[in-house]
Amino acid sequence: MLRFIVRRLLQAIPTLLILSILVFAWLRALPGGPAGAMLGDKATPEKIANLNHILGLDQPIYLQYIKFLGRVLTGDFGNSLISTQPVVQEVIDFLPATIELSFAALFIAVGLGIPLGYLAARFRGGIIDNLTIIVTLVGVAVPVFFLGYLLQNNLAEPLGLPSQGRLTTGLDATDVTGFAVLDGILTQEWDVVWDALRHLVLPAITLATIPLAVITRITRASVLDVLNEDFIRTAQSKGLAEQTIRGRHVLRNALLPVATTIGLQTGLLLGGAVLTERVFTFRGLGFLLAEGIERKDYPRLQALILLGALVYVLVNMLVDVSYGLIDPRVRVR
Amino acid sequence: MNTLLNKKKEPIDKLAATAGGGRSLAGEAIRRMARSPVAIIGAVITALFVLLAIFAPLLAPKDPFDRALQDQVQLGRGIIPGAMPGYPLGVDDFGRDFLSRLIVGAQQTLLVGVVATLIGVSVGMIIGVLAGAFGGWVDTMLMRFVDVLLSVPSLLLAISVAALFAKPNQWTVIIAVSIVSVPIFARLLRGAMLAQRDADHVLAATSLGVKRRTVVLRHMLPNSLGPVIVQATLTLATSIIEAAALSFLGLGDPDPSRAEWGLMLGKAARQFLDIRPELAYYPAIAIIIVALGFTLLGESMREALDPKNRR
Repeated sequence: MLRFIVRRLLQAIPTLLILSILVFAWLRALPGGPAGAMLGDKATPEKIANLNHILGLDQPIYLQYIKFLGRVLTGDFGNSLISTQPVVQEVIDFLPATIELSFAALFIAVGLGIPLGYLAARFRGGIIDNLTIIVTLVGVAVPVFFLGYLLQNNLAEPLGLPSQGRLTTGLDATDVTGFAVLDGILTQEWDVVWDALRHLVLPAITLATIPLAVITRITRASVLDVLNEDFIRTAQSKGLAEQTIRGRHVLRNALLPVATTIGLQTGLLLGGAVLTERVFTFRGLGFLLAEGIERKDYPRLQALILLGALVYVLVNMLVDVSYGLIDPRVRVR
Repeated sequence: MNTLLNKKKEPIDKLAATAGGGRSLAGEAIRRMARSPVAIIGAVITALFVLLAIFAPLLAPKDPFDRALQDQVQLGRGIIPGAMPGYPLGVDDFGRDFLSRLIVGAQQTLLVGVVATLIGVSVGMIIGVLAGAFGGWVDTMLMRFVDVLLSVPSLLLAISVAALFAKPNQWTVIIAVSIVSVPIFARLLRGAMLAQRDADHVLAATSLGVKRRTVVLRHMLPNSLGPVIVQATLTLATSIIEAAALSFLGLGDPDPSRAEWGLMLGKAARQFLDIRPELAYYPAIAIIIVALGFTLLGESMREALDPKNRR
C-alpha cells in the first residue's frame, strides 16, 4: 500500500513541473509581459525596463525559469495589485471561506446524489427515475451564476436567508482558524455558527447543482451496471438476504466509480466557486479571482491558477489512493 | 493510382455493407433513436435552434441594431423600459428591440458553440490520433501535455487563456472555451485508437500491405467517430454555457453591437438585474433550452451507439 501511495505521489511530479512551465510561459505571454502586467496602467517604457531588471527578466530564459520555480516553491508570488498585500497572504486569508463553501456544496451533492442515484437505479423506469433524469439534465444546462442570482433574488427574502457575504456585518465573531463555522464552535459563539450556516445555504445549493447532477447520474449508471453482474446473481442464488446484497455487494461495488467522480468534481467546484462567490459576494478564493480578472491583477491570477491546479492534482491523487484502499485490485496494476 | 485503389475497394465495401443482414451500427442507432422520445425532443430543439439561427435576419421583427428607444433608457436613474406594444420583450440598455436581438443572437450563439467545438475536436483529434496510433514516446509526451491541461479546472483554464488577450473579442472567447475540450477529445480518440490497434480489421488491413497512414485514417479513425460525435454534441452545450460564464466574469466581447446569448446574459446578470431582470431571464431561458436540446440529443446518441444496448 505504501509503495502504491509513493508511486502515485511520484507520478504527480512531472505533471506539476510541466504545469509550472506553462504558467511561467503564460506570464511571459501576457499583454505587455510580466512587468507590464504588474505595473498595470502605471506602465511606462522606463518603468518596465527598470522592473525587468529588478525582476531579472533581462537574464537568460532558463535562469529566469529556475528562479521562478524557486520563488513558487517558497510561496513567493509577488504582491497583489489591488490590495498591495503579498498574494500568498491573500490566499491564506480567503482560502477557509472557499473550503467551507466547497465542503457544504459537496455535502449536499453527495448526501443527495448517492441516495437519489441509487433509488433511480433500483426503481428503474419509475417516477423517481424519470424525475431524477430530468433534474440532472436541467441541472447541467443551467448556467451556475444565473442559478445563483435566481436563488438570491427569489428565495433569499421569502426564506429569510442572507444573500450576500459570509457573516452579518457587525456580528462580533472571534477569528481563530478563518473557518467561520468552526470558529463559532471553538469559541462557543453559537449565534456566529448559526449566522455562518445561514449565509452558506444559498451559495452551497448553487455550487452543488452540477456536482449533484453528475454524482446522481454516475451512481445510477454504476448501480445499474453492478446489478447486472454475475456475482449479484450468485449472491441471490446463495439465498443471501436482500439487505446484505444491497449493502455489501451492490452499493460497495457501485461506489467505486462514484468516488472517482467526486474527485473530478472538485475541479468543477473550484471553477463554480469563482461564479458562485462573485454572485453572493462570498469572500473566498473565487471572489478573489473574479476581482483579479476584472482589475487585471495578474500576480494574483497566476497564484490562484497554479494553486487551483495543485489542489486539483492533489485531490485526484487522494482519490486514487482511496480507490486503492477500497479496491485492492487497483493496487496491483 | 488513387482511382485504381478506389475501384478495388468498392466491391469489398459493398460486401461489407451487405454482410450481417445490412444492420450497421449507425443504421441501427438511428432506428433506435427514432423510437426514443428523448432523442426526438433533443433533435427537434436542436433543429429549431439551427433553423432560427439560419433565418434569424428574416424572422427578427425589427432591426436588432437600431437604438430606437435610446432616449427612454436612463441607466443613471435605473430606468430601462419594459414590454410595450411593438416591443414584446422590451428593449436592452441601448434601447434596441430585445426580441429581435434574442432572435439574431441565435446566430452568434450557434457560431460560438460550433466553432469552439470544432476547434476542440480537431486539435484533440490530431493529438489523440497521433498518440494512439504511434504509441511509444510520442504517446507519452502528448499524453503528459493532455494530463496537464486536464489538471487545471476547466473554467480556470478558460479564464487563464482568455486573460492572455489584451482586448477580449468574440474569437478570444471561442479559443478560451475550445481549449477546455481539447484534452477530452484527445483522451477519447487515443483510447479508441488503442482499443483498435490489435483489432482484426486493422490486422487484416496491415497484413494486406495497406500503408500505416491509410490504416489509421481510413480504418481506425472512422471506427472511432461514434463517441466523438456524442462528445461533440455535449460539448456544444457546455461551450455555450462557458462562453456565458466568461462574459459574466468580464472576459466577453466588449463590442456593444454583438448579440450573443451568453454575452447578453452575462452583461444583464452583472448590471441590470435590479433594474430589469427579464434582460437576464430571456437569454438564460434560451441558453437552457438549447443546452438541454444538445444534451438530450448527445445522451440519446450515446445510449443508441452503446453496443451493450444492441439487441
